[in-house]
Amino acid sequence: MSATVPPIKPTEAKKTSSALGQALLVPILAVVTGLIIGAIVIVVSGASVAKAYGALFVGSFGNPLDFFAALKTLFASGDSAALIKAIYPFTESLVTATPYIFAGLSVAVGFRCGLFNIGAEGQFFVGALCSAFVGYSLQGLPMLIHLPLALLGGALGGGIWGMIPGYLKARFGAHEVVNTIMMNWIAFKLSDWLLNGPMKASGFRPVTPNIQASAELPRFFSDPLRFNLGFFLALLFAYLVYWFLFKTTLGFEIRSVGANPDAAKYAGMNIIKNFVLVMAISGGLAGLAGSAQVLGVDHWVGQGFSAGYGFDAIALALLGKSHPLGVVLAALLFGFLRSGATNMQSMAGIPIDIISIIQGLVIVFIAAPDIIRWLYRIRSLKAEETVLTRGWGK
Amino acid sequence: MKISTLANKTASEKRKQIAYGIVLLLAGFLIYLFFGRNVEAGVTTTFGLNIAGSQALKVPDLIVPAQTTVYMMMALVVFVGAFQLARGVRSTGLLLGILAFTFVFAFLTWAAQAKSFNLAGMLSSMLVRATPIALAALCGVISERSAVINIGTEGIMLISAQVAVVVGTLTKNLYAGLLAAILIGGVVAALHAVLVIRFKVDQIVSGVAINIFGAGITAFISSRFLQSGTNALNNSGSFPIISIPILSKIPILGPMLFENNIVVYLMALTVIAMHIVLFYTPWGLRTRAVGEHPKAADTLGVNIYLIRYVNVIVGGLIAGLGGAYFTIGSVGRFDEAMTAGKGFIGLAAMIFGKWNPFGAFSSSLLFGFADSLQVKLQILRIPIPSEFLLMAPYIITMIVLTGIIGRAIPPAADGQPYEK
Repeated sequence: MSATVPPIKPTEAKKTSSALGQALLVPILAVVTGLIIGAIVIVVSGASVAKAYGALFVGSFGNPLDFFAALKTLFASGDSAALIKAIYPFTESLVTATPYIFAGLSVAVGFRCGLFNIGAEGQFFVGALCSAFVGYSLQGLPMLIHLPLALLGGALGGGIWGMIPGYLKARFGAHEVVNTIMMNWIAFKLSDWLLNGPMKASGFRPVTPNIQASAELPRFFSDPLRFNLGFFLALLFAYLVYWFLFKTTLGFEIRSVGANPDAAKYAGMNIIKNFVLVMAISGGLAGLAGSAQVLGVDHWVGQGFSAGYGFDAIALALLGKSHPLGVVLAALLFGFLRSGATNMQSMAGIPIDIISIIQGLVIVFIAAPDIIRWLYRIRSLKAEETVLTRGWGK
Repeated sequence: MKISTLANKTASEKRKQIAYGIVLLLAGFLIYLFFGRNVEAGVTTTFGLNIAGSQALKVPDLIVPAQTTVYMMMALVVFVGAFQLARGVRSTGLLLGILAFTFVFAFLTWAAQAKSFNLAGMLSSMLVRATPIALAALCGVISERSAVINIGTEGIMLISAQVAVVVGTLTKNLYAGLLAAILIGGVVAALHAVLVIRFKVDQIVSGVAINIFGAGITAFISSRFLQSGTNALNNSGSFPIISIPILSKIPILGPMLFENNIVVYLMALTVIAMHIVLFYTPWGLRTRAVGEHPKAADTLGVNIYLIRYVNVIVGGLIAGLGGAYFTIGSVGRFDEAMTAGKGFIGLAAMIFGKWNPFGAFSSSLLFGFADSLQVKLQILRIPIPSEFLLMAPYIITMIVLTGIIGRAIPPAADGQPYEK
């Protein structure tokens, strides 16, 4: 802590530090417990845990031995090919984490206002489609204009997709959980139509044309490595969300509405405005997740593009306690897990869906810290519980 | 039907009356614009009233002159709209019924002009397609009446669907599969109950976790064990149609109501049983008390936790039956994510049905209707992309949730954990 911070009474300082410990302890134990139960599932399904989790580790971080060998070759002969191969898994994990950061922020912003956005998946898809459209339809623009336009397109598309349930919630009290899911299905059907019709590239497959090079997020390494500017953009947005939520009046309003809508209303805050705004921001962030994926990694959009991101995003926001920093850490964890799981599937024959099982469990443990406390005999601390959702709305 | 004048109404009632009147007139205009102008004079539309292979007595098909029918529908909706503007009709249900009937019938007459459309077939598949939605809705009704929200229905149904087909295939006995599906539904719901009642987990979060877990575990098992070429675990066959003697001979209604498989009949029985339990037994009274005012119920000695545990678990059993529909009740094999949002549509049906068993069932029929309609329309090859027709149930759900069509009020304590 810097010297400018006013002195804190010893008891308070102790309380904060132990609360912080508690805040970190439960998520970590939740993940560990999830992995343990995942291991049990692997054993029951008749596979080797060591082989599976070994493949998971190599797939997410790369093989350390390969890395050092490659470093040696680099110094000896100046040949970087082996090194690039060795850091490939690690950078792929960061690439995988990029849309997770955006998507996790999306759900976290919603939670802060007491809104549960399950629709990140649909918003992700719509955002990706909008970005792809801007990316391939506009031609001859310089990158400085084209890339921001493509990103903006994604944010707008996702934002509108999120705003609709936000408005329905604010105006009619229609629950956003059901509505965002309905919007997901509408997005899937719409994309089916778009990818088979107006946005279809020439050829048989229902995919969009490739985006222009001027709309691509620049990559830092040569070809097999897809690590790109998107990752740093995601970090920037995590900071922006932090600044917005905790350092601006609007952010304060949003958190107040989330903490107690009635009190916020009596304090003169406009609930309807906040609900619509938050869902628009939340949708916009999810849309940007899609943009980052299409502009930075795939360069085109196909069917099932957004599969699983919505539910992953929920797990991320819960795991990160709806705090941007927490979300970034959780997204990195999931990025490494998912990226490694692909390797686990090909090397050890464990279906990638094991990660969903672990995620479901992690959500339960995070949402019910009592289970973790009971399992590991941790003394309960009366920490402040954030309100996540409220009934069917009144 | 009570008729009221504009004079003795409040401003909001007046606004509502005028709004409904305008909507009806607009519907008349749209019928003219889309269908009336596009039907040719002298062409007929055939509505098939018989189903091939059914035991029902044959009746002649309904053959109507297309243009005249469309204009009659238009005239009807315009007349009712004008009447609504002038005098007002008390029952919004009646208005919406007329609106839906005229619009859908005009639409069908237009879509199937110079062709044949099997009306009886569509009505029959409406009930079948409504079955999983109704079961999901009933699961919601029973648990939410005791103030526990369960949005994990989708996950429960997925797990049950898979268990049903695996047990059914292994034992070569579909009834064993059905029983297993129902029981596993109860088990998963019990998990939800423990989480939200004992550990006071946010009910929506717990439901979402169940959905993620359900999607994950079923996809995991499916891709590891079920997708092999031999189908050793994923080929159960499905329940046969049971025709009820005599009743199934009734034209149109017979094949719709009395020629179904066991899951559909069980669904119908569940609706009736739940209505009786909720409104005519002490247990139902206690359940509703716990849902509306748990403190009062507690004071009177009702065991709140027991009521909630039992109701949530019973809801899970019902959702388990709904899961069985997807595999052993229809196609006889499991595919990933085959519930396709039916659990959530069931929640919308529950809300639209105002947390009543029969209400939930009726709104499920509406969704079943939309579902079967889009399938039939794809066969007719009308110039609307099928993707847009497939969106219809989801859009209807969203409209329903706005509460424009009748405000639904949940049980007062819905979603709140109870602390003594």
